[in-house]
Amino acid sequence: MDRIIEQIPRFFTADNMVLLLQSAGLTLAMTLVGCVIGFVLALVLVFLRQTPGKWAIPLRIICVTYVEVFRRIPFLVVIYLVLFFIQTVATNASLFTIAVISICIYAIAYTAEIIRGGLESVPTTQMEAARAMNFGRLRTMLTITLPQAWPIIIPPAIAFAVSFIKDTALVSQIGVFELTFRGKELNNQGYSGVLVFGTIALCYFLMSFPLSMLGQYLEKRLATPRGQRTSRKIRRT
Amino acid sequence: MPHLAVNELRARYGALDVLKGVSFSIEKGQVVALVGPSGSGKSTVLRTLVGLTPATGGNVMINDDRIDFASTASLRRARDQIAIVFQQYNLFQNMRIIDNVTVAPTKIKKRPKAEVRADAERLLAMVGLADKLQAFPDQLSGGQQQRVAIARALALHPEILLLDEVTSALDPELVNEVLDSIRQLAEDGMTMVLVSHEMAFVREIADQVVFMDGGVVVEHGPPAQLFDNPKTDRARNFFGKILRH
Repeated sequence: MDRIIEQIPRFFTADNMVLLLQSAGLTLAMTLVGCVIGFVLALVLVFLRQTPGKWAIPLRIICVTYVEVFRRIPFLVVIYLVLFFIQTVATNASLFTIAVISICIYAIAYTAEIIRGGLESVPTTQMEAARAMNFGRLRTMLTITLPQAWPIIIPPAIAFAVSFIKDTALVSQIGVFELTFRGKELNNQGYSGVLVFGTIALCYFLMSFPLSMLGQYLEKRLATPRGQRTSRKIRRT
Repeated sequence: MPHLAVNELRARYGALDVLKGVSFSIEKGQVVALVGPSGSGKSTVLRTLVGLTPATGGNVMINDDRIDFASTASLRRARDQIAIVFQQYNLFQNMRIIDNVTVAPTKIKKRPKAEVRADAERLLAMVGLADKLQAFPDQLSGGQQQRVAIARALALHPEILLLDEVTSALDPELVNEVLDSIRQLAEDGMTMVLVSHEMAFVREIADQVVFMDGGVVVEHGPPAQLFDNPKTDRARNFFGKILRH
Protein backbone atom coordinates (compact mmCIF):
# COMPACT_ATOMS: atom_id res chain seq x y z
CA MET A 1 0.00 0.00 0.00
CA ASP A 2 2.82 2.36 0.91
CA ARG A 3 4.40 1.57 -2.46
CA ILE A 4 1.24 2.54 -4.27
CA ILE A 5 0.90 5.84 -2.38
CA GLU A 6 4.52 6.58 -3.04
CA GLN A 7 4.09 5.87 -6.80
CA ILE A 8 0.98 7.99 -7.28
CA PRO A 9 2.73 11.34 -7.98
CA ARG A 10 5.16 9.62 -10.35
CA PHE A 11 2.39 7.68 -12.12
CA PHE A 12 -0.12 10.48 -12.70
CA THR A 13 2.25 12.58 -14.78
CA ALA A 14 1.15 14.47 -17.87
CA ASP A 15 3.15 12.08 -20.08
CA ASN A 16 1.53 8.96 -18.64
CA MET A 17 -1.93 10.53 -18.81
CA VAL A 18 -1.41 11.46 -22.47
CA LEU A 19 -0.35 7.86 -23.15
CA LEU A 20 -3.42 6.52 -21.37
CA LEU A 21 -5.69 8.97 -23.17
CA GLN A 22 -4.20 7.98 -26.52
CA SER A 23 -4.79 4.32 -25.72
CA ALA A 24 -8.31 5.00 -24.51
CA GLY A 25 -8.93 6.92 -27.75
CA LEU A 26 -7.57 4.01 -29.76
CA THR A 27 -9.80 1.57 -27.85
CA LEU A 28 -12.87 3.73 -28.48
CA ALA A 29 -11.96 4.32 -32.12
CA MET A 30 -11.47 0.58 -32.78
CA THR A 31 -14.76 -0.25 -31.13
CA LEU A 32 -16.73 2.50 -32.84
CA VAL A 33 -15.29 1.99 -36.33
CA GLY A 34 -15.52 -1.80 -36.07
CA CYS A 35 -19.05 -1.83 -34.66
CA VAL A 36 -20.43 0.84 -37.01
CA ILE A 37 -19.02 -0.82 -40.15
CA GLY A 38 -20.05 -4.19 -38.71
CA PHE A 39 -23.59 -2.92 -38.12
CA VAL A 40 -23.94 -1.60 -41.67
CA LEU A 41 -22.60 -4.86 -43.12
CA ALA A 42 -24.92 -6.79 -40.80
CA LEU A 43 -27.86 -4.89 -42.34
CA VAL A 44 -26.66 -6.01 -45.78
CA LEU A 45 -26.23 -9.58 -44.55
CA VAL A 46 -29.75 -9.67 -43.10
CA PHE A 47 -31.16 -8.26 -46.33
CA LEU A 48 -29.35 -10.95 -48.36
CA ARG A 49 -30.41 -13.62 -45.88
CA GLN A 50 -34.06 -12.72 -46.43
CA THR A 51 -33.83 -12.99 -50.22
CA PRO A 52 -36.76 -15.15 -51.29
CA GLY A 53 -36.75 -17.79 -54.02
CA LYS A 54 -35.04 -21.07 -54.74
CA TRP A 55 -32.14 -19.46 -56.58
CA ALA A 56 -31.17 -17.65 -53.38
CA ILE A 57 -30.86 -20.81 -51.26
CA PRO A 58 -27.00 -20.87 -51.49
CA LEU A 59 -26.92 -17.19 -50.54
CA ARG A 60 -29.14 -17.80 -47.53
CA ILE A 61 -27.01 -20.79 -46.47
CA ILE A 62 -23.83 -18.69 -46.67
CA CYS A 63 -25.40 -15.92 -44.55
CA VAL A 64 -26.73 -18.33 -41.91
CA THR A 65 -23.43 -20.23 -41.79
CA TYR A 66 -21.47 -17.01 -41.33
CA VAL A 67 -23.63 -15.93 -38.39
CA GLU A 68 -23.72 -19.33 -36.74
CA VAL A 69 -19.96 -19.93 -37.12
CA PHE A 70 -18.68 -16.56 -35.95
CA ARG A 71 -21.03 -16.42 -32.98
CA ARG A 72 -19.49 -19.66 -31.74
CA ILE A 73 -15.81 -18.77 -32.08
CA PRO A 74 -14.02 -16.94 -29.24
CA PHE A 75 -13.12 -13.39 -30.21
CA LEU A 76 -9.44 -14.07 -29.52
CA VAL A 77 -9.45 -16.86 -32.10
CA VAL A 78 -11.05 -14.48 -34.64
CA ILE A 79 -8.26 -11.98 -33.97
CA TYR A 80 -5.56 -14.58 -34.61
CA LEU A 81 -7.36 -15.86 -37.72
CA VAL A 82 -7.54 -12.34 -39.15
CA LEU A 83 -3.94 -11.60 -38.13
CA PHE A 84 -2.52 -14.65 -39.88
CA PHE A 85 -4.80 -14.39 -42.88
CA ILE A 86 -4.14 -10.68 -43.45
CA GLN A 87 -0.40 -11.18 -43.02
CA THR A 88 -0.43 -13.62 -45.90
CA VAL A 89 -2.32 -11.33 -48.28
CA ALA A 90 -1.22 -7.85 -47.14
CA THR A 91 2.02 -7.95 -45.25
CA ASN A 92 2.06 -4.23 -44.48
CA ALA A 93 -1.43 -4.05 -42.91
CA SER A 94 -1.35 -2.17 -39.60
CA LEU A 95 -2.31 -3.85 -36.36
CA PHE A 96 -5.10 -1.26 -36.00
CA THR A 97 -6.56 -2.40 -39.35
CA ILE A 98 -6.35 -6.02 -38.27
CA ALA A 99 -8.06 -5.19 -34.97
CA VAL A 100 -10.85 -3.26 -36.70
CA ILE A 101 -11.44 -6.05 -39.23
CA SER A 102 -11.62 -8.58 -36.39
CA ILE A 103 -14.14 -6.47 -34.49
CA CYS A 104 -16.09 -5.98 -37.69
CA ILE A 105 -16.28 -9.68 -38.46
CA TYR A 106 -17.46 -10.42 -34.95
CA ALA A 107 -19.89 -7.49 -34.81
CA ILE A 108 -21.52 -8.53 -38.10
CA ALA A 109 -22.39 -11.97 -36.71
CA TYR A 110 -23.83 -10.63 -33.46
CA THR A 111 -25.65 -7.54 -34.69
CA ALA A 112 -27.09 -9.46 -37.66
CA GLU A 113 -29.08 -11.53 -35.17
CA ILE A 114 -30.17 -8.39 -33.31
CA ILE A 115 -31.30 -6.79 -36.59
CA ARG A 116 -33.05 -9.93 -37.78
CA GLY A 117 -34.93 -10.20 -34.49
CA GLY A 118 -35.96 -6.54 -34.77
CA LEU A 119 -37.16 -6.85 -38.36
CA GLU A 120 -39.10 -10.01 -37.58
CA SER A 121 -40.91 -8.20 -34.77
CA VAL A 122 -42.62 -5.95 -37.34
CA PRO A 123 -45.96 -7.53 -38.36
CA THR A 124 -45.81 -9.17 -41.80
CA THR A 125 -48.98 -7.26 -42.70
CA GLN A 126 -46.83 -4.12 -42.97
CA MET A 127 -44.67 -5.79 -45.62
CA GLU A 128 -47.75 -7.09 -47.40
CA ALA A 129 -49.25 -3.62 -47.60
CA ALA A 130 -45.97 -2.37 -49.07
CA ARG A 131 -45.76 -5.25 -51.57
CA ALA A 132 -49.32 -4.68 -52.69
CA MET A 133 -48.29 -1.10 -53.52
CA ASN A 134 -45.29 -2.28 -55.56
CA PHE A 135 -42.62 -1.46 -52.99
CA GLY A 136 -39.42 -3.40 -53.66
CA ARG A 137 -37.74 -5.40 -50.88
CA LEU A 138 -34.99 -2.86 -50.23
CA ARG A 139 -37.36 0.10 -50.14
CA THR A 140 -39.73 -1.81 -47.84
CA MET A 141 -36.86 -2.53 -45.47
CA LEU A 142 -35.51 1.02 -45.49
CA THR A 143 -38.78 2.94 -45.30
CA ILE A 144 -41.22 0.60 -43.54
CA THR A 145 -39.66 -2.20 -41.51
CA LEU A 146 -36.37 -0.73 -40.28
CA PRO A 147 -37.92 2.49 -38.92
CA GLN A 148 -40.40 0.35 -36.98
CA ALA A 149 -37.72 -2.08 -35.83
CA TRP A 150 -35.28 0.55 -34.45
CA PRO A 151 -36.80 0.45 -30.93
CA ILE A 152 -36.08 -3.30 -30.85
CA ILE A 153 -32.66 -3.08 -32.54
CA ILE A 154 -30.97 -0.01 -31.04
CA PRO A 155 -30.82 -0.89 -27.29
CA PRO A 156 -29.20 -4.33 -27.67
CA ALA A 157 -26.95 -3.04 -30.47
CA ILE A 158 -25.63 -0.29 -28.19
CA ALA A 159 -25.29 -2.77 -25.33
CA PHE A 160 -23.24 -4.95 -27.66
CA ALA A 161 -20.96 -2.05 -28.65
CA VAL A 162 -20.52 -1.02 -25.01
CA SER A 163 -19.58 -4.54 -23.98
CA PHE A 164 -17.17 -4.63 -26.90
CA ILE A 165 -15.22 -1.70 -25.45
CA LYS A 166 -14.15 -4.22 -22.81
CA ASP A 167 -13.62 -7.07 -25.26
CA THR A 168 -11.18 -5.01 -27.33
CA ALA A 169 -8.74 -5.66 -24.48
CA LEU A 170 -8.13 -8.95 -26.27
CA VAL A 171 -6.51 -7.21 -29.24
CA SER A 172 -3.65 -6.32 -26.87
CA GLN A 173 -2.64 -9.93 -27.51
CA ILE A 174 -1.46 -9.02 -31.00
CA GLY A 175 0.29 -5.86 -29.80
CA VAL A 176 -2.19 -3.08 -30.53
CA PHE A 177 -1.47 -0.15 -28.23
CA GLU A 178 -4.90 -0.11 -26.72
CA LEU A 179 -5.66 0.47 -23.07
CA THR A 180 -4.85 -2.96 -21.64
CA PHE A 181 -1.64 -3.21 -23.65
CA ARG A 182 -0.60 0.21 -22.33
CA GLY A 183 -1.37 -1.01 -18.82
CA LYS A 184 0.95 -3.99 -19.23
CA GLU A 185 3.65 -1.68 -20.54
CA LEU A 186 3.35 0.71 -17.59
CA ASN A 187 3.31 -2.27 -15.23
CA ASN A 188 6.53 -3.51 -16.83
CA GLN A 189 8.05 -0.08 -16.21
CA GLY A 190 7.78 -0.85 -12.51
CA TYR A 191 4.50 0.81 -11.56
CA SER A 192 2.31 -1.11 -9.16
CA GLY A 193 -0.08 -3.46 -10.96
CA VAL A 194 -2.91 -2.41 -8.67
CA LEU A 195 -2.30 1.26 -9.42
CA VAL A 196 -1.93 0.77 -13.17
CA PHE A 197 -4.81 -1.63 -13.73
CA GLY A 198 -6.99 0.22 -11.19
CA THR A 199 -6.56 3.30 -13.38
CA ILE A 200 -7.14 1.25 -16.56
CA ALA A 201 -10.34 -0.19 -15.02
CA LEU A 202 -11.51 3.36 -14.23
CA CYS A 203 -10.82 4.36 -17.85
CA TYR A 204 -12.93 1.46 -19.16
CA PHE A 205 -15.71 2.43 -16.78
CA LEU A 206 -15.57 6.10 -17.84
CA MET A 207 -15.83 5.07 -21.51
CA SER A 208 -18.57 2.49 -21.04
CA PHE A 209 -20.81 4.19 -18.50
CA PRO A 210 -21.93 7.22 -20.56
CA LEU A 211 -22.60 4.95 -23.54
CA SER A 212 -24.65 2.62 -21.33
CA MET A 213 -26.61 5.64 -20.11
CA LEU A 214 -27.18 6.69 -23.72
CA GLY A 215 -28.41 3.17 -24.45
CA GLN A 216 -30.82 3.27 -21.52
CA TYR A 217 -32.08 6.71 -22.52
CA LEU A 218 -32.69 5.56 -26.08
CA GLU A 219 -34.39 2.40 -24.84
CA LYS A 220 -36.84 4.43 -22.77
CA ARG A 221 -37.32 7.02 -25.48
CA LEU A 222 -37.88 4.46 -28.22
CA ALA A 223 -40.17 2.34 -26.06
CA THR A 224 -42.59 5.27 -25.72
CA PRO A 225 -45.34 4.86 -28.28
CA ARG A 226 -44.86 7.25 -31.18
CA GLY A 227 -48.30 8.75 -30.71
CA GLN A 228 -47.59 9.71 -27.10
CA ARG A 229 -44.28 11.33 -28.03
CA THR A 230 -45.99 13.38 -30.70
CA SER A 231 -48.81 14.50 -28.45
CA ARG A 232 -46.26 15.62 -25.83
CA LYS A 233 -44.51 17.65 -28.48
CA ILE A 234 -47.78 19.17 -29.60
CA ARG A 235 -48.68 20.17 -26.04
CA ARG A 236 -45.34 21.86 -25.51
CA THR A 237 -45.56 24.01 -28.61
CA MET B 1 -64.78 -6.72 -72.63
CA PRO B 2 -64.86 -7.16 -68.85
CA HIS B 3 -62.73 -4.83 -66.74
CA LEU B 4 -61.53 -7.75 -64.66
CA ALA B 5 -61.95 -11.41 -65.58
CA VAL B 6 -60.93 -14.16 -63.20
CA ASN B 7 -60.81 -17.58 -64.85
CA GLU B 8 -60.39 -20.85 -62.97
CA LEU B 9 -58.12 -19.18 -60.42
CA ARG B 10 -56.37 -21.64 -58.12
CA ALA B 11 -54.23 -21.13 -55.01
CA ARG B 12 -53.02 -23.20 -52.10
CA TYR B 13 -51.51 -22.71 -48.66
CA GLY B 14 -49.02 -25.55 -48.32
CA ALA B 15 -50.89 -28.76 -49.05
CA LEU B 16 -54.29 -27.13 -48.64
CA ASP B 17 -56.13 -26.13 -51.82
CA VAL B 18 -57.82 -22.85 -50.91
CA LEU B 19 -59.03 -21.84 -54.37
CA LYS B 20 -60.09 -24.71 -56.58
CA GLY B 21 -60.94 -22.85 -59.75
CA VAL B 22 -62.70 -19.54 -59.12
CA SER B 23 -64.21 -17.65 -62.04
CA PHE B 24 -66.09 -14.38 -62.23
CA SER B 25 -65.90 -11.20 -64.20
CA ILE B 26 -66.72 -7.59 -63.59
CA GLU B 27 -67.54 -4.71 -65.92
CA LYS B 28 -66.09 -1.24 -65.56
CA GLY B 29 -67.76 0.70 -62.74
CA GLN B 30 -69.43 -2.37 -61.29
CA VAL B 31 -69.26 -3.60 -57.72
CA VAL B 32 -68.89 -7.32 -57.09
CA ALA B 33 -69.29 -8.71 -53.59
CA LEU B 34 -67.70 -12.00 -52.62
CA VAL B 35 -69.70 -13.61 -49.85
CA GLY B 36 -69.61 -16.96 -48.15
CA PRO B 37 -68.66 -18.70 -44.93
CA SER B 38 -65.28 -18.22 -43.25
CA GLY B 39 -62.56 -20.21 -44.97
CA SER B 40 -64.36 -20.26 -48.30
CA GLY B 41 -61.45 -18.46 -50.00
CA LYS B 42 -62.95 -14.97 -50.44
CA SER B 43 -60.00 -13.08 -49.01
CA THR B 44 -57.57 -15.39 -50.81
CA VAL B 45 -59.09 -14.32 -54.13
CA LEU B 46 -58.24 -10.70 -53.32
CA ARG B 47 -54.77 -11.59 -52.03
CA THR B 48 -54.06 -13.61 -55.14
CA LEU B 49 -55.14 -10.75 -57.41
CA VAL B 50 -52.37 -8.55 -55.94
CA GLY B 51 -49.84 -11.38 -55.79
CA LEU B 52 -49.69 -11.71 -51.99
CA THR B 53 -50.78 -15.33 -52.29
CA PRO B 54 -49.24 -17.04 -55.32
CA ALA B 55 -51.70 -18.37 -57.87
CA THR B 56 -51.12 -22.00 -58.78
CA GLY B 57 -53.41 -22.06 -61.80
CA GLY B 58 -55.97 -20.23 -63.89
CA ASN B 59 -55.58 -16.73 -65.18
CA VAL B 60 -56.65 -13.16 -64.57
CA MET B 61 -57.24 -10.54 -67.24
CA ILE B 62 -57.38 -6.82 -66.59
CA ASN B 63 -58.70 -4.94 -69.63
CA ASP B 64 -57.69 -7.93 -71.78
CA ASP B 65 -54.15 -7.79 -70.39
CA ARG B 66 -53.31 -11.21 -69.01
CA ILE B 67 -51.48 -11.21 -65.66
CA ASP B 68 -48.63 -13.68 -65.51
CA PHE B 69 -48.24 -14.30 -61.79
CA ALA B 70 -44.80 -15.84 -62.32
CA SER B 71 -43.48 -12.65 -63.88
CA THR B 72 -42.50 -9.81 -61.58
CA ALA B 73 -43.00 -7.26 -64.36
CA SER B 74 -46.52 -8.52 -65.08
CA LEU B 75 -47.38 -8.55 -61.38
CA ARG B 76 -46.09 -5.01 -60.97
CA ARG B 77 -48.28 -3.94 -63.89
CA ALA B 78 -51.29 -5.57 -62.22
CA ARG B 79 -50.53 -3.86 -58.89
CA ASP B 80 -50.31 -0.58 -60.77
CA GLN B 81 -53.96 -0.98 -61.65
CA ILE B 82 -55.33 -2.73 -58.58
CA ALA B 83 -55.27 -1.37 -55.02
CA ILE B 84 -56.30 -3.30 -51.95
CA VAL B 85 -57.68 -2.20 -48.58
CA PHE B 86 -57.07 -4.70 -45.80
CA GLN B 87 -59.30 -5.81 -42.96
CA GLN B 88 -56.70 -4.64 -40.41
CA TYR B 89 -55.96 -1.39 -42.32
CA ASN B 90 -52.19 -2.12 -42.34
CA LEU B 91 -51.27 1.56 -42.25
CA PHE B 92 -47.53 2.14 -41.94
CA GLN B 93 -47.16 2.74 -38.21
CA ASN B 94 -43.97 4.78 -38.56
CA MET B 95 -45.51 7.37 -40.86
CA ARG B 96 -47.89 10.25 -40.37
CA ILE B 97 -51.28 9.96 -42.06
CA ILE B 98 -50.31 12.28 -44.90
CA ASP B 99 -47.12 10.29 -45.53
CA ASN B 100 -49.06 7.02 -45.49
CA VAL B 101 -51.14 8.37 -48.34
CA THR B 102 -48.35 10.04 -50.33
CA VAL B 103 -45.46 7.59 -49.97
CA ALA B 104 -46.40 5.16 -52.74
CA PRO B 105 -47.53 7.73 -55.34
CA THR B 106 -44.31 9.75 -54.90
CA LYS B 107 -41.75 6.99 -54.32
CA ILE B 108 -43.19 4.22 -56.45
CA LYS B 109 -45.27 5.94 -59.10
CA LYS B 110 -42.84 8.90 -59.20
CA ARG B 111 -45.61 11.47 -59.48
CA PRO B 112 -44.77 15.11 -58.62
CA LYS B 113 -44.78 15.72 -54.86
CA ALA B 114 -46.97 18.84 -54.90
CA GLU B 115 -49.60 17.16 -57.07
CA VAL B 116 -49.62 14.04 -54.87
CA ARG B 117 -49.86 16.13 -51.71
CA ALA B 118 -52.85 18.06 -53.04
CA ASP B 119 -54.46 14.81 -54.16
CA ALA B 120 -53.87 13.23 -50.73
CA GLU B 121 -55.37 16.22 -48.93
CA ARG B 122 -58.42 16.06 -51.19
CA LEU B 123 -58.86 12.31 -50.58
CA LEU B 124 -58.42 12.64 -46.82
CA ALA B 125 -60.97 15.44 -46.83
CA MET B 126 -63.30 13.20 -48.84
CA VAL B 127 -63.14 10.52 -46.14
CA GLY B 128 -63.61 13.20 -43.45
CA LEU B 129 -60.07 13.30 -42.09
CA ALA B 130 -58.75 16.63 -43.31
CA ASP B 131 -57.73 17.53 -39.75
CA LYS B 132 -55.65 14.40 -39.15
CA LEU B 133 -52.87 14.84 -41.72
CA GLN B 134 -50.10 15.07 -39.14
CA ALA B 135 -51.39 12.35 -36.80
CA PHE B 136 -49.86 8.89 -36.54
CA PRO B 137 -52.05 5.81 -37.13
CA ASP B 138 -52.05 4.83 -33.44
CA GLN B 139 -53.67 8.16 -32.60
CA LEU B 140 -56.75 7.36 -34.72
CA SER B 141 -59.75 5.13 -34.10
CA GLY B 142 -60.22 1.97 -36.13
CA GLY B 143 -62.82 3.61 -38.35
CA GLN B 144 -60.57 6.57 -39.00
CA GLN B 145 -57.62 4.29 -39.80
CA GLN B 146 -59.74 2.32 -42.21
CA ARG B 147 -60.80 5.51 -43.98
CA VAL B 148 -57.12 6.51 -44.24
CA ALA B 149 -56.46 3.08 -45.75
CA ILE B 150 -59.16 3.76 -48.35
CA ALA B 151 -57.65 7.18 -49.12
CA ARG B 152 -54.21 5.58 -49.38
CA ALA B 153 -55.50 3.05 -51.89
CA LEU B 154 -57.30 5.73 -53.91
CA ALA B 155 -54.17 7.91 -54.02
CA LEU B 156 -52.65 5.23 -56.23
CA HIS B 157 -55.37 6.04 -58.80
CA PRO B 158 -56.29 2.39 -59.20
CA GLU B 159 -58.64 1.17 -61.88
CA ILE B 160 -59.93 -1.53 -59.58
CA LEU B 161 -60.28 -1.37 -55.81
CA LEU B 162 -60.30 -4.49 -53.65
CA LEU B 163 -61.85 -4.22 -50.18
CA ASP B 164 -61.19 -7.11 -47.81
CA GLU B 165 -63.77 -7.20 -44.99
CA VAL B 166 -63.02 -3.56 -44.32
CA THR B 167 -65.61 -3.19 -41.60
CA SER B 168 -65.20 -6.45 -39.69
CA ALA B 169 -62.45 -5.16 -37.37
CA LEU B 170 -64.46 -2.06 -36.45
CA ASP B 171 -66.76 -1.25 -33.56
CA PRO B 172 -70.39 -1.21 -34.74
CA GLU B 173 -70.71 2.56 -34.44
CA LEU B 174 -67.68 3.05 -36.69
CA VAL B 175 -68.93 0.79 -39.48
CA ASN B 176 -71.17 3.37 -41.09
CA GLU B 177 -68.47 5.98 -41.53
CA VAL B 178 -66.48 3.50 -43.61
CA LEU B 179 -69.52 2.26 -45.53
CA ASP B 180 -70.36 5.86 -46.41
CA SER B 181 -66.94 6.28 -47.99
CA ILE B 182 -67.44 3.11 -50.05
CA ARG B 183 -70.95 4.22 -51.11
CA GLN B 184 -69.40 7.42 -52.39
CA LEU B 185 -66.85 5.49 -54.44
CA ALA B 186 -69.54 3.32 -55.98
CA GLU B 187 -71.47 6.41 -56.96
CA ASP B 188 -68.31 7.79 -58.57
CA GLY B 189 -68.07 4.68 -60.74
CA MET B 190 -65.10 2.90 -59.16
CA THR B 191 -64.80 -0.76 -60.11
CA MET B 192 -64.72 -2.66 -56.84
CA VAL B 193 -64.46 -6.21 -55.59
CA LEU B 194 -65.38 -6.44 -51.97
CA VAL B 195 -65.51 -9.16 -49.40
CA SER B 196 -68.12 -8.37 -46.80
CA HIS B 197 -70.35 -9.83 -44.15
CA GLU B 198 -72.57 -6.75 -44.17
CA MET B 199 -75.37 -8.30 -46.22
CA ALA B 200 -77.65 -5.27 -46.13
CA PHE B 201 -74.80 -3.19 -47.46
CA VAL B 202 -73.97 -5.78 -50.12
CA ARG B 203 -77.60 -5.85 -51.24
CA GLU B 204 -77.59 -2.07 -51.50
CA ILE B 205 -74.28 -1.54 -53.23
CA ALA B 206 -73.33 -4.65 -55.23
CA ASP B 207 -74.24 -5.19 -58.88
CA GLN B 208 -73.31 -8.80 -58.60
CA VAL B 209 -72.85 -11.20 -55.70
CA VAL B 210 -70.52 -14.18 -55.91
CA PHE B 211 -71.26 -16.83 -53.31
CA MET B 212 -68.22 -18.96 -52.54
CA ASP B 213 -67.80 -22.08 -50.46
CA GLY B 214 -64.92 -24.51 -50.17
CA GLY B 215 -62.76 -22.61 -52.64
CA VAL B 216 -65.26 -22.60 -55.51
CA VAL B 217 -68.00 -20.28 -56.74
CA VAL B 218 -71.26 -21.98 -55.83
CA GLU B 219 -73.60 -19.41 -57.31
CA HIS B 220 -73.52 -15.87 -58.58
CA GLY B 221 -75.97 -13.27 -59.73
CA PRO B 222 -77.60 -9.95 -58.78
CA PRO B 223 -78.10 -9.53 -55.01
CA ALA B 224 -81.89 -9.70 -55.17
CA GLN B 225 -81.78 -13.01 -57.03
CA LEU B 226 -79.12 -14.57 -54.83
CA PHE B 227 -80.53 -13.37 -51.53
CA ASP B 228 -84.21 -13.99 -52.25
CA ASN B 229 -84.21 -16.92 -54.69
CA PRO B 230 -80.97 -18.85 -54.46
CA LYS B 231 -80.83 -21.81 -56.83
CA THR B 232 -78.49 -24.05 -54.86
CA ASP B 233 -79.18 -25.64 -51.50
CA ARG B 234 -75.85 -24.47 -50.16
CA ALA B 235 -76.60 -20.82 -50.96
CA ARG B 236 -80.17 -21.15 -49.68
CA ASN B 237 -78.87 -22.61 -46.45
CA PHE B 238 -76.22 -19.88 -46.03
CA PHE B 239 -78.42 -16.91 -46.87
CA GLY B 240 -81.30 -18.45 -44.95
CA LYS B 241 -79.19 -18.42 -41.81
CA ILE B 242 -77.64 -14.98 -42.11
CA LEU B 243 -80.53 -13.03 -43.60
CA ARG B 244 -82.94 -14.17 -40.93
CA HIS B 245 -81.40 -11.62 -38.52
